[in-house]
Amino acid sequence: MPEAGIKAVSATGQLGTGFKEASLRTAAAGAAYIAADAGSTDPGPYYLGSGQSQPSDQAVARDLRLMLEIGLEAGVPLLIGSAGTAGGRPHVARVRRLIEEIAAERGLSFTLATIETELDQEAVVTAWKSGRLRSLYNAPEIDEETIRSTARIVGMAGPEPFQRAIAEGAQVVLAGRSSDTSLYVAVPVMSGIPMGVAYHAAKVLECGAASVVQRLYPDSMMATLDTSGFTIEPPNPAMRCTPQSVASHTLYENGDPFLLTEPGGTLDTRLARYEAVSDRAVRVTGSQFIPAAEYTVRLEAATLRGYRTAVICGIRDPLVLRQLDSFISSSTHSIAVKAQDSLGLRREDYTLAWRIYGHNGSLGKLEPETQIGGHEIGALIDIVAPTQTAADALASLAWHTALHHPVPEYHGLVSNLAFPFSPPALSGGPVYEFTLNHALVLDDPADASEITISQIDKALPVRV
Amino acid sequence: MSELWEIAKLIRSKNAGPWELTFDIMFDDAAHYEKCRQTELATSPFYARLYKVPESSVRVFECPDALAIKATIPRPQSAGAPSDTDVFGGQFHSPFVRFTVPD
Repeated sequence: MPEAGIKAVSATGQLGTGFKEASLRTAAAGAAYIAADAGSTDPGPYYLGSGQSQPSDQAVARDLRLMLEIGLEAGVPLLIGSAGTAGGRPHVARVRRLIEEIAAERGLSFTLATIETELDQEAVVTAWKSGRLRSLYNAPEIDEETIRSTARIVGMAGPEPFQRAIAEGAQVVLAGRSSDTSLYVAVPVMSGIPMGVAYHAAKVLECGAASVVQRLYPDSMMATLDTSGFTIEPPNPAMRCTPQSVASHTLYENGDPFLLTEPGGTLDTRLARYEAVSDRAVRVTGSQFIPAAEYTVRLEAATLRGYRTAVICGIRDPLVLRQLDSFISSSTHSIAVKAQDSLGLRREDYTLAWRIYGHNGSLGKLEPETQIGGHEIGALIDIVAPTQTAADALASLAWHTALHHPVPEYHGLVSNLAFPFSPPALSGGPVYEFTLNHALVLDDPADASEITISQIDKALPVRV
Repeated sequence: MSELWEIAKLIRSKNAGPWELTFDIMFDDAAHYEKCRQTELATSPFYARLYKVPESSVRVFECPDALAIKATIPRPQSAGAPSDTDVFGGQFHSPFVRFTVPD
């Protein structure tokens, strides 16, 4: 490792959210690697369950194109983690296709490693039976059937598969679901940077420019790591880091800001010190990494719960609003009777919920306000049924019933709901739920991932 | 008396993974941080009551370098579950934005 340390670069906090080309070019000068995380559980279980990705292909391709161009020019490894939002096989395949298209378009040649981290249900059942699953905080109770009925399971990889891929000559590493820090820690640890420094730097870098005082837009970030700490500084002159902005960063999206669990151990930032080295760069020292007795990868799983159709409408009539609870319960009762009669659906076959915006749509049962304060509410009739056809049929019946449900004060036919558009119901697709919060104990970090090395040669990918 | 939003620079909630919810109250100056540190905003019972979870399941942290108070609770249902009302968990802090802080 050079005495000045090694330079680590984050292209952006989430692949597909963008960055300024100038920022990445500045950051890439003298860099040891460029990485971008592509995944998150934030947008919910739909992506893991369905195989879909949250950002569009165009947005992801835009970021990939620049990363490939700048990274290959600079001759440094490019690492992408948790591809396609959820990091399962279809997600990795989708991003791999984008990479191949860009390579063909730009005439690029390079060695590509893909790291698959999706796990088969039977393998996880076997692990559970042999006592290799650890329940994490607030984990649901599970059994064999829970595991077998999941739509998809992934294990969050640590840095080791990335390190192996680079050691085998990969210039671009495309990984499925992995820990946010793993792709950022891989090269520094291989270069002799202590784990405490590498992990804390990784935690800050993985969000791109988020650790600045006022992030104007998603952008790149860079840090120089050495044996006693790291110095972080945004490549974009319009942004700056301060000791407080960097210290604040371990709070974001973390349950505990001081002890952060990773596959091989825990990052301990309790003794970290943050010092300004200029008006925009911060030096961080003092973090430690506590190795764990067991190597574990956190599992994420999504299970199909049904299909959703939603109806959005407004209610403005003050007489309906003043008796809203009884209007909803009596309409729902009429809907249930008709659903049984016309569609053969029993109450237990579906869920139908009225989400009332203007009352407690956002907080549900946790809403402390008991009164509706405004002159209108937005109602979302949320139906989840075993098939899309059933959900669509029930929604159609439901909105029609509620629309004409009698209001005691009015004598004659009424229309109670203001639909913004035709058709009133939106067919919503499959509904999933996260169903595992467990860690899988591994004898070797490589046991839960699969690396494939290929030569991408301008147009035709050839598997080696 | 001030309301919390008048003296804090940021009040937020967010998922910390799909199974936990974390709250951050962040300040620009040590004086306001210190004052709020001494209110029930830095105690487990406050969050246990507001979010209807057992006190033992609440974790509260004081972060002097960040000038922030953090609290973490188990999510009532996992993020994006069919009955969830806020997939990102970004609006759960709302009930205490106007918390009254004594001068």
